[in-house]
Amino acid sequence: MKKVSVEINGKKVTKEIQDHTILSVFIRENLNLTGTHVGCDTSQCGACVVHVDGKSIKSCTALAADVNGSKITTIEGITKNGNMHPMQEAFKKLHGLQCGFCTPGMVMSAIDLLQNNKKPSDTEIREWLEGNICRCTGYQNIIAAVKEAASKM
Amino acid sequence: MASLVGSRVERKEDKKLLTGRGKYTADVNFVNQTFAYFVRSPHARAQIKKVDITKAMKAPGVVSILTGADIANDKIGGLIAGWRIKSEDGSDMKVPAHPPLANEIVNYVGDHVAVVIADSLDEARNAAEFVKVDYKILKAVVDTKGAMDSDQIYKDIPKNLCFDWLLGDRAKVKEAFEKADKIIKIDLINNRVIPNAMEPRAANADYNPSTEEITLYTTSQNPHLARIIISAFNGVAPENKLRVIAPDVGGGFGSKIYPYAEEVVCSWAAKKIERPVKWVADRTESFLSDCHGRDHVTHAELAVKNDGTFLGFKNETIANIGAYASVFGTVTPTYLFGPCATGVYKMPAAYTNVKAVFTNTAPVDAYRGAGRPEATYTIETLVEKAARELGMDPAEIRMKNFPTQFPFQQTLVHSVDSGDYVASLNKAMEVADYKGFEKRKRESANKGKLRGIGLCSYFEACGIAPSPVVMMLGCGIGLWESAEVRFNPTGNVTVFTGSHSHGQGHDTTFAQIAADQLGVPIENIEISHGDTDKGPFGYGTYGSRSLTVGGTAIVKACDKIIAKGKRVAAKMLEASVDDVEFSNGEFVVAKSNKKKTIGEIAFACYLPGTYGEVKSPLPEGEEPGLKETSFFDPANFSFPAGSHICEVEVDPDIGETKVVKYTAIDDFGTIINPLVVEGQVHGGIVQGIGQALYENCHYDETGQLVTASYMDYTMPRADNFPEFDLGFTCTPATSNPLGTKGCGEAGAIASPPAVMNAVMNAIGTEISMPATAEKVWKACNQNKKKNSEAA
Repeated sequence: MKKVSVEINGKKVTKEIQDHTILSVFIRENLNLTGTHVGCDTSQCGACVVHVDGKSIKSCTALAADVNGSKITTIEGITKNGNMHPMQEAFKKLHGLQCGFCTPGMVMSAIDLLQNNKKPSDTEIREWLEGNICRCTGYQNIIAAVKEAASKM
Repeated sequence: MASLVGSRVERKEDKKLLTGRGKYTADVNFVNQTFAYFVRSPHARAQIKKVDITKAMKAPGVVSILTGADIANDKIGGLIAGWRIKSEDGSDMKVPAHPPLANEIVNYVGDHVAVVIADSLDEARNAAEFVKVDYKILKAVVDTKGAMDSDQIYKDIPKNLCFDWLLGDRAKVKEAFEKADKIIKIDLINNRVIPNAMEPRAANADYNPSTEEITLYTTSQNPHLARIIISAFNGVAPENKLRVIAPDVGGGFGSKIYPYAEEVVCSWAAKKIERPVKWVADRTESFLSDCHGRDHVTHAELAVKNDGTFLGFKNETIANIGAYASVFGTVTPTYLFGPCATGVYKMPAAYTNVKAVFTNTAPVDAYRGAGRPEATYTIETLVEKAARELGMDPAEIRMKNFPTQFPFQQTLVHSVDSGDYVASLNKAMEVADYKGFEKRKRESANKGKLRGIGLCSYFEACGIAPSPVVMMLGCGIGLWESAEVRFNPTGNVTVFTGSHSHGQGHDTTFAQIAADQLGVPIENIEISHGDTDKGPFGYGTYGSRSLTVGGTAIVKACDKIIAKGKRVAAKMLEASVDDVEFSNGEFVVAKSNKKKTIGEIAFACYLPGTYGEVKSPLPEGEEPGLKETSFFDPANFSFPAGSHICEVEVDPDIGETKVVKYTAIDDFGTIINPLVVEGQVHGGIVQGIGQALYENCHYDETGQLVTASYMDYTMPRADNFPEFDLGFTCTPATSNPLGTKGCGEAGAIASPPAVMNAVMNAIGTEISMPATAEKVWKACNQNKKKNSEAA
């Protein structure tokens, strides 16, 4: 067993967990934040993307113990006072989601893109999101939503 | 109030999904819940000689381990094939038993052998390692084409043949072919693909021993169907003691239409151990055990005159339906396929013959488009080849054979009520700048690239109903749809639909319809689906049916509400019912200023009488309350159609094919929400391009699934695509009052032939799907070799 302390969505928590607990499992089962989804087990689909110390990572590929002391932001943590983040707003406005399963990871990846590149081109957005699989939307409205968010942020 | 039908209304369901507040089955937890882990067959075909659970039972945390013997002892019924297909000789199809846990034999890698139930998932998974299964390995049958000449899998099913089905008239086709100037022939493989909804399948079953009720949360497109099958066929619990809830569901694409072994086992096990049982598939389990799609080997021929007129068509297909006949597994390669075989053309004579074979692979069932993509791929590849061989333009040969009069009675089955195929192809050519292709081809050539253009004109039969027709064709259920419109006393509305949304946006589209019908603001309307204890029985979502069948049921239920509202308003306004008119949410007495809002009428219906300020007497004999139910069964299928044009650029040095331009012009009849419809088209196109260029389910010769992870199975990703150009034409459907036709599958039907015709146009060689870089590179090299030899 290991003691892990993190700041999750602005709130400090400490949990006693098994050594091999994966970060995605820690978030979903120990912290009960089920907005982070798990769509595969090979770090390919990107549904589980969260921010650790401001950077997007696939939470199915990190051990919770390895992020001890970090600040973690999940999809639940980007809404402020009931208002959605501009990226979430843009996804809604332009129908960038259908079933919603890949969406939390997609949104978290896209936000990190804009942290690195304020005005990405279509190609840059498509290449950045290559690690997030969506089976529903055909990606077109996601690209449009990221561009829309870039214009608002 | 402005009409909402036709508006780009932002989706009502989005905020919860965007903020992590959705509730998918894996997010559902019960107190005292256990976790299930399935022991699956590592062999494609084997006899089970012994299952030894002694050691596993002693592992930490284990609550129970159940096997095929237990399921047989408890007389839990097998999984079912929902459609009974008859062979050409009149005999019934042959299907093997399909117990939820295998008892004597396993028939594909991933087949269910036992379930380990423990206090935690880790413990269940660890204990499963100690379940010792003694297998006698048998030779697996894997190859679709060779299945009939391979070892017999089931002792009562000779040649591994489920059925040998015919639609059409062989003699007439023979006659037509005798009159032909030319016969165009083609051999095709429609590659097997894996649906890959992003949410892996999951189930969580809770049993209450006092009430004897089971509540099953499951990833289903069709919770009512799951309930009736698990109840009536598997016999786990009576229907009134089984509640099935499909909460937010992360995509389906056909793979979640029907219950699988896992739902049956979790429900049964929860009852046995009197604790909730939760199971969530990992991705490899999904690859192994979700039903797959397509997998046809086809020989087709088209008889033509030299001027390009089509005279006749024949299609001889072998369809791999996997190890067992799944619920829609037998109808997908027959009635969803054969009737669409002749595409959008006048075809005086035609037949389709399908031999469905069992193999030691996962069951094959409906996958986005189900049968219609396979039909469209065949006819559209053949038509393109006919154009090449006759030296005609591919657009010209299509135009020449389009029907121009509607309703159009096709030779095989369908009476197509409306359409304008000429208009959509013309518009597609204009938007795609068809005329400018040669210039773009030269520009690509200057960069060392081969550019190709490909067309596809398609139609599909969807809006799956009408019940009398589908039942006559062997369907074990009706396929109508239900709606209940329930006014609350304060005037807001809940609409229950028997269909199910798992990405399609029903919460919004259906609310737009109800808002327009009732004159109630859309914010005051909630759509409820996915819980068998809430709304009336329904048939779920697939076959592009929800709007056309389920949306119409909502309209019909609203009509009943308005009819009652008129009677109540007439009484309250002291007028004759015939004088009361309804529009924009108000009941108005003609030629007067007397009126009541629908909210006031709802309130009156719940407070029927006179008390102080409240004066709301109901007409004599009128029941209180304001709630109406409707069941709609359309008279015909609906027939979306359109033309897609794809342009690709091939790099002959590395074989990479890039879709560089894609135009889709579709006729979906009336469009309720263009934002949602465009999203459906985008998604469908990408799934179709995925099949054409990237995706391929591959079993090796021993029946091991080689492509069982995202490392091995190529999913289409954001950087594979250009921006698509979409457009619409509109001929409203006549079989439903909304005039809608359905849009969910069209993209996946039209895009594979459009892409493959473009690839073949670019490289000048026939090539099979998926046109991977390796295949294309080899084809380019062969062409180079041939050209240099010729020189």
